[in-house]
Amino acid sequence: MTFTSPTDARVQQHIAAHRERPGALLPLLHALQDDFGFIPESALAPIAGALSQTVAEVAGVVSFYHHFRRTPPGDAVLQLCRAEACQAAGARALEAHVKQRLGVDYHQTSADGAVTLEPVYCLGNCACGPSVRIGDRVYGRVSPERADQLLDDLQTQVVEVRG
Amino acid sequence: MMSGKAMTRIYVPSETTALSLGADEIASDISAVLASLEQPPELVRNGSRGLFWLEPMIEVETGAGRIAYGPVTPEDLPGLLEAGLLEGAQDHPLCLGPTEEIPYLAQQQRLTFSRIGVADPLSLSAYEAGGGFAGLRRAVALSPQAIVQQVTESGLRGRGGAAFPTGIKWQTVLDAGAGQKYIVCNADEGDSGTFADRLVMECDPYLLIEGMVIAGLAVGATEGYIYLRSEYPLALHRLNAAIERAVEAGYLGADVCGSGRAFALEVRLGAGAYICGEETALLDSLEGKRGMVRVKPPLPAIEGFLGRPTVVNNVLSLAAVPYILERGPEAYAACGQGRSRGTLTAQLAGNVERGGLVELAFGVTLRQLIEDFGGGTLSGRPLKAVQVGGPLGAYLPESLWDTPLDYEAFAEVGAMLGHGGVVLFDDSVDMGEQARFAMEFCAVESCGKCTPCRIGSTRGVEVIDRIRAGESPEANLELLEDLCTTMIDGSLCAMGGMTPFPVQSVTRHFADDLAPGAARRD
Repeated sequence: MTFTSPTDARVQQHIAAHRERPGALLPLLHALQDDFGFIPESALAPIAGALSQTVAEVAGVVSFYHHFRRTPPGDAVLQLCRAEACQAAGARALEAHVKQRLGVDYHQTSADGAVTLEPVYCLGNCACGPSVRIGDRVYGRVSPERADQLLDDLQTQVVEVRG
Repeated sequence: MMSGKAMTRIYVPSETTALSLGADEIASDISAVLASLEQPPELVRNGSRGLFWLEPMIEVETGAGRIAYGPVTPEDLPGLLEAGLLEGAQDHPLCLGPTEEIPYLAQQQRLTFSRIGVADPLSLSAYEAGGGFAGLRRAVALSPQAIVQQVTESGLRGRGGAAFPTGIKWQTVLDAGAGQKYIVCNADEGDSGTFADRLVMECDPYLLIEGMVIAGLAVGATEGYIYLRSEYPLALHRLNAAIERAVEAGYLGADVCGSGRAFALEVRLGAGAYICGEETALLDSLEGKRGMVRVKPPLPAIEGFLGRPTVVNNVLSLAAVPYILERGPEAYAACGQGRSRGTLTAQLAGNVERGGLVELAFGVTLRQLIEDFGGGTLSGRPLKAVQVGGPLGAYLPESLWDTPLDYEAFAEVGAMLGHGGVVLFDDSVDMGEQARFAMEFCAVESCGKCTPCRIGSTRGVEVIDRIRAGESPEANLELLEDLCTTMIDGSLCAMGGMTPFPVQSVTRHFADDLAPGAARRD
């Protein structure tokens, strides 16, 4: 996944595109994260100014939602479903395997910078779990072996150098 | 030789579960084969029929109807083609026969889901050919009060979980007087084990659009929002595409179906917060705030989005409306039993042999659902517990599986149907771990506004850990019961108020798993 480096000008573009919408903050934060991969600290003050809110209010919204992150992720984000239907199909074993293989816990990035591991509570693929999501793609019936294949693909891709 | 002359179309689903099992790879392989034919049949990317254990399920249109094959892997394709897949030949082991005759499908009563999986979800002409927009056309000719009356008479109750009568909610908004009103669709389908909303949005998106426009006409709202969970990227893509086409076709916009009345629709994304499935937290989130639960009253029907009267309905409630308007409230109410009218959309999930969507009239028993449709566990091990109604629903032991699927019958046994998720667990499950997870999930997802939920959930995890570690188990079990009572009675919304239900179902029905030494974790 390729993200843009955050710049003040770019932040302003997003603000301008969304500020007039009712309930603008969530769509705006989504736009920023889709573009940069995270919500940069430097964006909070200009957003607060544009929406007549305090920086604390904006920061409070960012921190409330699990989806938004305040630090850059790895090259790929792997969301692993922890919810009950996937548990019933073996998600606890998958979770242990993936954590061990990547050497990370949830919300952390593997040492090679390739994969950030995040928990997710339901991808709606509950009849064919355990499920994981990488980018916008969902994978079903993910055994530890299948997870290894997916991770092999992610970890052997050329690491892009961020400017 | 493959000729393809006997049929005109081949269907490969484009829906999250089918895609998660490789449907795109199969479509791409088939596409390459078709490219070599002189008169290639058309490759259609349809939705899913919701028979998930058969996905990816390919269908071939023949003179004798559609023939299904599944579950198909890319490795199966050469053999299938050789056996005459493109002619609809039926002697391959993966052939399931005519799609409509697959018992799992044939034995359902699909009112809301009559169209899913049949066609390209974005084809307006296919939607119209399947009876789509007939309900809207009837609604356009009715007065707002008459539309509300039809929904009230149908007996439809909110399918999100709370089962509040939809007609009464609409009446309240209609009666709220003039001025800006809103229709908000709750598409934050957060319950584990549920995917019915997703299927509507991915496989029959115009159905939801039609239901929302009818709701708008009924209560006098000119704007609608679909609050969609960010975990559903394909639904987002499809809804946006469908809205664009519906605007072009005049079903949305300034002049709905030439009625002179306006209705605009927009999809908004959530951001990974289970609590935003609670209607007042959803409204706060839609307004760009933290998703904090509001104190009721005022009801959203009086003061909802931006303080204006707002209908907040689940996807399935809105998706049931076009049928009611098209066929009449009596036709819908003719299904079901007692105060549970119409159909229940059950979703079979977890450790299940035949997982998928099952739409049935209310009243069949849970056992019929999990055995006759589900076929028991996928692992083949004995079934131990069934969680119905998502993470806030009770775990039911075998002694309760003969309970009829009906809102009141479930409430009587301390359970709830909720959004219809049915998750099966085999006997390898550690129910003590499941009780702990219920509290852990609440601690992660609590909005933090009320103390019983915010603090109680964390204390709940600690107390369960102590019980399982053998620290004064009897005293701590009593403390856990006390904590559950406090959360039930003192929480602001269902998050804290119902998290104890799965916990108490474990202490009542699976007490052995909570006993010291039962812990198998770590």
